[in-house]
Amino acid sequence: MRAMVYRGPYRLRVEEKDRPPIEHPNDAIIKVTRAAICGSDLHLYHGMMPDTRVGMTFGHEFVGVVDEVGPSVRNVQPGDRVMVPFNVYCGSCFFCARGLFSNCHNVNPNATAVGGIYGYSHTCGGYDGGQAEYVRVPFADIGPSLIPEWMDDDDAVLLTDALATGYFGAQLGDIVEGDVVVVFGAGPVGLYAAKSAWLMGAGRVIVIDHLDYRLEKAASFAHAETYNFGEYDDIVVHLKKITDHLGADVAIDAVGAEADGNLLQHVTAAKLKLQGGSPVALNWAIDSVRKGGNVSVMGAYGPMFSAVKFGDALNKGLTLRMNQCPVKRQWPRLFEHIRNGYLKPSDIVTHRIPLEHIAEAYHIFSAKLDGCIKPLIVPNPA
Amino acid sequence: MAYTADKPKLAESSDELRARIPGWGVDLDPKDRPSVPQERFDPTLNGAHWEFPERQPEKWPRERSIEHTFLTPVFGTSCPPRGLSGMIRRYSYRRYSEGRAAHWLLLLAADRVDVVEATFASFLTRHPDNPITETGVLSEFTHHGLPSRLGGKRVDRVHHPLDPVLVAAPWVLAAGVAYLALRRVAGRTRN
Repeated sequence: MRAMVYRGPYRLRVEEKDRPPIEHPNDAIIKVTRAAICGSDLHLYHGMMPDTRVGMTFGHEFVGVVDEVGPSVRNVQPGDRVMVPFNVYCGSCFFCARGLFSNCHNVNPNATAVGGIYGYSHTCGGYDGGQAEYVRVPFADIGPSLIPEWMDDDDAVLLTDALATGYFGAQLGDIVEGDVVVVFGAGPVGLYAAKSAWLMGAGRVIVIDHLDYRLEKAASFAHAETYNFGEYDDIVVHLKKITDHLGADVAIDAVGAEADGNLLQHVTAAKLKLQGGSPVALNWAIDSVRKGGNVSVMGAYGPMFSAVKFGDALNKGLTLRMNQCPVKRQWPRLFEHIRNGYLKPSDIVTHRIPLEHIAEAYHIFSAKLDGCIKPLIVPNPA
Repeated sequence: MAYTADKPKLAESSDELRARIPGWGVDLDPKDRPSVPQERFDPTLNGAHWEFPERQPEKWPRERSIEHTFLTPVFGTSCPPRGLSGMIRRYSYRRYSEGRAAHWLLLLAADRVDVVEATFASFLTRHPDNPITETGVLSEFTHHGLPSRLGGKRVDRVHHPLDPVLVAAPWVLAAGVAYLALRRVAGRTRN
C-alpha cells in the first residue's frame, strides 16, 4: 500500500509499505477514504515530539471503509463506512470506565501520562496513522462509529479530532451565559472552539492570531471579534483595555507547542527543542483572563517542561483545565448540531491534496502558505 | 469595570445574539454538555465485552515505561527499535521514568541519531533521501510562497530563515565531512 512515511524533521515521503495485518482479535483494518493533517502533526513533522521514529506513518484524523475485522469484532463489518476517533482506547480500564477515553491505560506501553493516538510517535503508543491507504484500528468495537448516511467524508473526518476538540475546549472553559471568551489561535481547533462558545451562550467571542486570512475566517465562520497580535505592542494590555480592564471570563489556548509572539520562547521550543512547547499563547491566556477565570488548554504540548507562568495563575485564582479530547463522547451532540445546521465542519477546509503530494501539503500547512487553514488528504483520488 | 462590583455590560443582549448567531445558546445548560462532568463512572458505556482485553502477541521485546506494571495488552508495532538509536531508546525506557528529563532528552537524541542512520542507509537503496522532494519546498513556487510569507503582519517572518538552516545544516555538514575525508584519502594515495 502507499503510505506517508516520516524521514526526519521537515522531511517525509510516500512509500510502498505492507498493508497492516490484524494483530489482536478486536482489530479492524480500515481502507482510508479521507485523512487530514492536524496542527499537532506539525509538532511531529518539526521533530519536537520525543520518540518520533523514521519510517512512522502519521495521521490521527481519518475515515474510511472497514476492509477486514478480527475474530472478536461484533460492532462493525467489512464494507461499513466508519469514522475513527483519534484516541486509541480499550473501553474497559479505570479511565475508560469513567469516560476518560483519551487517558486509556491499556494501549500505550511507552507512557502512562498519555493514552494512545494514531500516528503520533511512540510516546503515544507507536501506532501507524491514517495518512495511508490502510490503517490498523485496535478495539474496533469501541472507537469507530458508522458515519451517518447524510454526512459526507469531509465533514466526518473533521469530527475525528478538530471539531470534537474545539467543542470540548469550550466545555472545559465552563462558559455561562454572557461570558466573554477569548480564543488564542484561529486554526481549525480555535475556529471550532470560538463557534462552540456561542452554542454555550457566550456573550462575546474574541479570537487572536497573527495571520490575517485566518482572522477573516474567524470573523466569517465563527462570528468572532478578531485582533491581530502583530499589530499591538502588548496583546494582553489590549485585551484588558477592550474588556474594561477586567479581562475575559474564559480564555482558550488553541495554539500549543509552536506558538509565536515571543521569539525566545518559540526558538527554544520549536527550533531548539529545549522545551516541551512554546507556551506563549498559554501565558497570554493566563495573563488576559480575569481573576477567578477559567483557562482551557487545547493546544498540544510535548512531555517536557515548558516555561509557563504558574505564579500568575496561582495569584489570580485561575482554574486551568485541559485534556486530550475524549472524541466519541462529543459525537452524538455534534451530529445533532451539524444536522440542525449550527455547524458545518468542512467550511474551514482549504486544500484537498492527493496522498502522493503529501510532502507539499505538510510544507504548505507548516509555512502557512496559500491561505491554508485545513488540508485534507485523499489517499485514493477517483 | 474591574474597580466596581457590576460586570461590564455587553454590546448585545442574549436575544440579539440568538437572532444573529445560528445555534446560540443551544448548549446553554452547563450540566447538559457531553463532557460534563469530565469523569462519569459507567463501565457499560463503551460496549467493551471484556473485563481486561486479550493480550496482543509480543513479537519482539517491546520497550515500555517503567511506570507501567506490565506491557499493555495492546500496543503499536510501527518501527521496532534498531541500530544505535534503538539502543538509546531501550536504555531510556529501561532506566528512566517519564518524570525524568533524561528520559525525554535521550529519546530526542535517539530521534536525531535515527535520522542520521536512516539517511545513510537510504543511500544504499534505490530510494535515497531527497531533501528537495521530501521537504515539499517546491510548493513555494506553486502555492504563493513569497506573497504568503510577505503579506500581512505575520510575526513568524523573523524566524523563517531558521527553517532552511535547520533542514540543510546536517546535509551541509555531512557533505563537508565527506569532502574532507575524500581529500585526506586522495592525499594519502598521492603520497
